[in-house]
Amino acid sequence: MDRYIIAADPEAASGVARHDVKAVNRREDRSLYASRQKVYPKLAHGRFRAIKWLVMAATLGIYYALPWLRWHRGPDLPDQAVLLDMANNRFFFFFLEIWPQEFYFVTGLLVLAALTLFLVTSVAGRVWCGYTCPQTVWTDLMIVVERFWQGDRNARIALDKRPWGPVKLLKKGMTHLSWLAIGLATGGAFVFYFRDAPTLAAELLSGTAPTIAYLFLGIFTLTTYLLGGIAREQVCIYMCPWPRIQGAMTDHETLLVSYRTHRGEPRGAHKKGQPWEGRGDCIDCKACVVVCPTGIDIRDGSQLECIQCALCIDACNDIMGKIGRPRGLIAYDSIAGQEAAASGGVAPLRLVRGRTLLYAGLIGLVGAIMVVALINRTTLEVNVLHDRNPPYVLLSDGAVRNGYTVKILNKLHEPREFALAVTGLAQAKLAIVGMDAGASVRVTTDDLRELRVLVTVPAEELARLESAGTPFALVVRDLASGHETARITQFQKPSGTNGRRP
Amino acid sequence: MSKREIDDVTGVETTGHEWDGIKELDKPLPRWWLLTFYATIIWAVGYWIIYPAWPTLTGYTAGLLGYSQRVTVADEIKAAQAAQSQFRDLLDKTPLDQIRTSPDLLRFAMAGGAAAFQTNCGPCHGRGAQGFSGYPNLNDDDWLWGGSIADIHKTISFGIRSDQKDARASQMPRYGLDKLLTDSQIIDAAEFVLSLTGRSTDTAAAARGRTVYADQCASCHGADGKGNQDQGAPNLADEIWLYGGSRQAVVESIRTGRGGMMPAWAGRLDPVTIKALAVYVHSLGGGK
Repeated sequence: MDRYIIAADPEAASGVARHDVKAVNRREDRSLYASRQKVYPKLAHGRFRAIKWLVMAATLGIYYALPWLRWHRGPDLPDQAVLLDMANNRFFFFFLEIWPQEFYFVTGLLVLAALTLFLVTSVAGRVWCGYTCPQTVWTDLMIVVERFWQGDRNARIALDKRPWGPVKLLKKGMTHLSWLAIGLATGGAFVFYFRDAPTLAAELLSGTAPTIAYLFLGIFTLTTYLLGGIAREQVCIYMCPWPRIQGAMTDHETLLVSYRTHRGEPRGAHKKGQPWEGRGDCIDCKACVVVCPTGIDIRDGSQLECIQCALCIDACNDIMGKIGRPRGLIAYDSIAGQEAAASGGVAPLRLVRGRTLLYAGLIGLVGAIMVVALINRTTLEVNVLHDRNPPYVLLSDGAVRNGYTVKILNKLHEPREFALAVTGLAQAKLAIVGMDAGASVRVTTDDLRELRVLVTVPAEELARLESAGTPFALVVRDLASGHETARITQFQKPSGTNGRRP
Repeated sequence: MSKREIDDVTGVETTGHEWDGIKELDKPLPRWWLLTFYATIIWAVGYWIIYPAWPTLTGYTAGLLGYSQRVTVADEIKAAQAAQSQFRDLLDKTPLDQIRTSPDLLRFAMAGGAAAFQTNCGPCHGRGAQGFSGYPNLNDDDWLWGGSIADIHKTISFGIRSDQKDARASQMPRYGLDKLLTDSQIIDAAEFVLSLTGRSTDTAAAARGRTVYADQCASCHGADGKGNQDQGAPNLADEIWLYGGSRQAVVESIRTGRGGMMPAWAGRLDPVTIKALAVYVHSLGGGK
């Protein structure tokens, strides 16, 4: 399947390895019914491989370290910088504390993330897929482990062909064990986002953590093992919707990992010293094929299976250097750039296009809305709910009373005192059940207090009220700052004009 | 059995079925699907063994785990009660008039009382305690037997005209049915009662009724008609009428004597629940 043709290789002197292989995912061989052929990606060396190592280190570093980052918020509140506190219905994100009713901030962040993805895709294709997608990062990590235990591509192919024996068992076993360990570490980091990390770590080790933590640990161990270790490129090709959607974001000007056909063709083996006139630069060594993690041949053109990881660029540049041809036979290039080059011209890179302007504009707009919402975020929420049953109560002296449920939500990290009052309802008296008249309402740190409020209008005032319900304002005044929050609600009286029961 | 047919393009045998010229290849089921299917069968067998599964002539196979939803629910209720126990104990110990001084305890009592009210009291008094004709509105400030939290607690515990020995009880005579008063005397008395709230339209009848009232009614309802909560005699000089305030309704009340009933809840509900109910009803707004 894969052999080094040393003696017969005319370029052998320059150390060019020729691979007598076909891409397992070759475009013309693709069938919906074929079973999967295993891909054995060879280790690439070069600029993009280096970038991918850095991105892997950064993304994994953030993922594992973030839950351990501390952020002081004051007493009674968690000091974890990023915490999804399910038990208390809070989402802590650095300086932000998001309550359930403010989940639109999270929605906004997700919208921003999606738009950024669109923008990046329209500029440089599937950068997300090739470098930062967790599937790519973890698959890369799994391949590193695989390479450590079983060797690079050729050694792995040879090992798979060998009959089962102690050595094969050991190498395969250690690989799978390592994958499971990585999965365990992945799940282990995930659960820390939902509970105070140091506490949970101690609980996990002593076996006293909540069942749900172990459950998610198990789920993540299994899914990481399956998706990153076993399924790999199949996730990108068959499971992920993004390759199908991305076609709507790219256009003629988008930079894509491309084989420059006009330079490469006609391809063919090349003997050292032979002239390069009349033929392409591609010596058909298939170095680009063997490094591909999704098992495609980039020379078939832009295709859904390509995650644009740019490893074929590294592989090809390596070969070009060895045979003394210019680098960049495979490179980030746009369709427009390729077309211009084919006819001998140069197409300038156009970053500013209708598409990129639209995405950038939307990012700016959503970002601005978010900032405005964040600045105007209230630290106090007041809800007033009129009793439905009964809508009013006739008292023995002919006065009418309405009941209200008032909820006061204090989002500040300190207790606050409030006074309640009624405006817009003449002679109305306000009372809070369970409290003395005139007493202030104390709402503790970061808490919700529910009050039952009774508003009474004396009999002689009733005739002036509207029979369909009289609107008035219930005012909640912060005693410390004097800030008033008013909520309009209604006062109902019995049908009939004077409030008397017929 | 039709003869085997091999598809030219794929080289796979067909099933021999044909729909509108389309033939189906006899492909095996996907292996992962088949394995999942077998796994579910094995799972089902395991399920029969450890969980209750098959009916027998006299009962059912109980399963190795001895699982029962009834037991689970009972355990959950027990756990919930255990979780509430500190508040329940506290509520049990705290005197009625002290409960409101602790906001947490008050909240617990209100929540428990509201739930118990919906189940036990709502059918007569209404889900909002708004009452119906003959069933008092508990939101207002008019109380037949007293609106202090202790009075409410006693009424809930022992009921009104119930068979409990401590029940609140009194009896208004059936003036019409028992022929204690003539029809015209009853109408006059009703007219006088209406005059207490300024609604009489016949001053002569009201004047005649004053004497009837003084002889027959004042001993319980008071000379001024303001009622007497010791005897459950309603205030006739206010705006609230349990059986309606129209002339006809007042006449009917005098004729038949009315006298509603409420069951005693002591013995049916535990003391803590009754206490919570008293707190809840007292908090509805009219509590004294």
